[in-house]
Amino acid sequence: MTVLPGAAGALLAVNPVPWARSQMAFTLGFHIVLVPLGVSWAFMALVANYRAVKHDDADALLLAQRWSKYMAVTFAVGAVTGTVLTFEFGLLWPKFMGRFGSAFGIPFAVEGLFFFLEAIFVAIYIFGWRRLRPWPHFWTGVPVVIAGIGGSVSVVAANSWMNEPAGFTMNSAGKITSVDPVGVIFNKAMPYESAHMVVAAYLVGGFLIASVYAMGMLRGRRDRYHRLGFIIPFTVAAIATPVQMAVGDTLARWVYNNESEKFAAIELVPKTASDVPETLFGHLNSNGQVTGGIKIPGLASWLSDPSTGKATTIKGLNTVPASSRPTLSEVNIVHLAWDVMIGMGTLLLLLSLWYAASWLFRRDLPRSRWFLRIATCAGVAAIVAMEAGWVVTEVGRQPWIVHNYLTVEDAATANHGVWITFLSVLAVYAVLGVTTVLVLRGMSRRWRREQESDADAPYGPRRPPALDGAEKRKVPVG
Amino acid sequence: MTDAVAVVLMLGVVLYSVFGGADFGAGFWDLVAGDAQRGERPRALIDHSIGPVWESNHVWLIFSLVLLWTGFSSAFASITTTLFVPLTLAALGIVLRGSSFAFRKSVLRTRDRRNFGAAFAASSVITPYCMGAVAGAIASGRVPSGGKSGDPWTSWINPTSVLGGVLAVTVCAYLAAVFLTSDARRLEQGDLVDYFRTRALGAAVVAGIVAIGGVFVLRDDSRYLYDGLTSRALPLVVISAVCGIGSIVLLVRHAQHLARLAAVGAVATVVGGWGVAQWPYILPTSLKVSQAAAPSQTMTALLVVFGVAVVVLGPSLGLLWVLDQRSLLPAEGAVSRPSTSS
Repeated sequence: MTVLPGAAGALLAVNPVPWARSQMAFTLGFHIVLVPLGVSWAFMALVANYRAVKHDDADALLLAQRWSKYMAVTFAVGAVTGTVLTFEFGLLWPKFMGRFGSAFGIPFAVEGLFFFLEAIFVAIYIFGWRRLRPWPHFWTGVPVVIAGIGGSVSVVAANSWMNEPAGFTMNSAGKITSVDPVGVIFNKAMPYESAHMVVAAYLVGGFLIASVYAMGMLRGRRDRYHRLGFIIPFTVAAIATPVQMAVGDTLARWVYNNESEKFAAIELVPKTASDVPETLFGHLNSNGQVTGGIKIPGLASWLSDPSTGKATTIKGLNTVPASSRPTLSEVNIVHLAWDVMIGMGTLLLLLSLWYAASWLFRRDLPRSRWFLRIATCAGVAAIVAMEAGWVVTEVGRQPWIVHNYLTVEDAATANHGVWITFLSVLAVYAVLGVTTVLVLRGMSRRWRREQESDADAPYGPRRPPALDGAEKRKVPVG
Repeated sequence: MTDAVAVVLMLGVVLYSVFGGADFGAGFWDLVAGDAQRGERPRALIDHSIGPVWESNHVWLIFSLVLLWTGFSSAFASITTTLFVPLTLAALGIVLRGSSFAFRKSVLRTRDRRNFGAAFAASSVITPYCMGAVAGAIASGRVPSGGKSGDPWTSWINPTSVLGGVLAVTVCAYLAAVFLTSDARRLEQGDLVDYFRTRALGAAVVAGIVAIGGVFVLRDDSRYLYDGLTSRALPLVVISAVCGIGSIVLLVRHAQHLARLAAVGAVATVVGGWGVAQWPYILPTSLKVSQAAAPSQTMTALLVVFGVAVVVLGPSLGLLWVLDQRSLLPAEGAVSRPSTSS
């Protein structure tokens, strides 16, 4: 900050590391909410679209068309917040990128490919309603679904590489001398983590979209359109939830076997022991003792490896030097986030079972208003679970950015102005978040007012011509 | 191998400059289109033109950034360390631009449209300016290599960066006006053809003047780049000048579609010329492309990804383009082709 006078320069000389961390955490936490919509909404729109074309279902057609228009908004917001992350890798973590970019970047190159494909076909699908023929139009949506899954698998491959760095050799000066791209992408954690995220995308996307229609139905909009708008996403989520439980359980056991300090933080295990209780909530105090919470004797050991039951030994935090494991407060954050994730997941599983039982025995939605009330909250609950899971994996890796190779502290920018960019980003994203919700709600209200205007009729007769759209806009609506 | 990746990277930058540039420029014309009533029809055309393609144009940037950070990590780290401020501004500009454009299409109230439109238009000018300034900073050798940080301010507030920024904004405006003239013609909007043709000619002249003036700036401020532009990159500079003048002539003669090709040629060659002029350096004159290169396996992986991209994305982009040009992807409430059915 050479141009600033000394005093102001000193005032602005704030340690960048906590600010860089906060900014990265905040922007990622924001972007991750949009990810499920980008990945799974297209699938649900295609389910509705398929039904519409196959069975000549007007409600499903309207639903698919409107969903694709909402998607245009969320996809745009996701694209720009994703671009910000691309910048941030360099701006906030230049030493990470400088040293490990040649390995870490490879999954991102693959992701770029998928994202490009997604962007192209999202555009064709969204803008193709009026003039493309039904089946070709339907098929232009399919690459969006595939690219969404491929893209998230690639990004999560990069994240799991940070947990389990592999596929490179380094000389004594710490410079990467050779790279095995396949080894980088298919690192040990990748299959588990990426499966967990893709299923999460369908789970969160499903519950989130269904929750909007649940609210509509609670307010008395019980027509077929709303029912369909609820049933399609909720069914997707209800199928994803038990799958996610199985995937998550496998991942947890993998963490137990491979990332012992993260697992010790998850289960609050200060010292290596067998017969470890499962502690719900509670925390680790500075004396290294677990206090508070509800203890279920032996359960943590039993869950870690049911074959040896309560005798299963869990490695404690003490097996790793204090400088290379999460701090006390980080351990407590990881544990709390874990409990929140599991808690929300369990509630969502119960809700899914309720729904499944009702379909099985009555061939209909549960009749109780309480079901809809809870389903209205399920969207937020699913987001909370996903964010908590992300906190577990990220905070549980601390103090490392690349596990056992590079710490967050050493990777961060030395630029003292990060606190300013963080505050700016906070302000811009706050406006962005609120505006996104307002715009989506505005679209929904407008459509409800207009009901079906033939102006947007999909696959309809060629529109009568010219500029009527522009003229219509002059009339202030609402 | 390294050279091939460098060429692909440059290709990404060129494509972003051309397609992204036209999008940014459209935002510039949106900004200066006047009040809601006067600017309504030009803005509707701009909306229509950017509509289906903006997101895929935007991906060229991510493509280039990822290629740079993976293939030439140390150069990327140096650039982001020194040019923290303009890159942050550009990133925020992209957020504002992308989201407000999408929002504007989804709201109907004039007041809302105006607010989102203003955010969209203003950030359409700030972002390319910052990108141009970044290019100027790199080209003039103000980004040191090896983990050292250059000056956080003068690295991008200096004659070459100002030139880069101003040139970027004018070139974007020029490209966009030429594209919009061609689109207006395709959509048979006669008055808008004239509207944008006038602006395209104006922007072409301004961009030409800035470019000519730039020669003197570079001679004093960026000697290495200047020497490169006047020697190994000279053929490209000449082609650029010919294309630029050619596009003016073609516009005057109402050959809009050919003018568009010429404009693309003018911009692509000048951006490519920058790359050739600073060869073999990625950061003149402290870091060579070969020194910054990632291990060869990474480079192979990048080329494989690029190969797959060409095979998969080429036809996909072709499909998007063909559908768009045939007006099969109409935007909501935008100008559509005047009646053929009534």
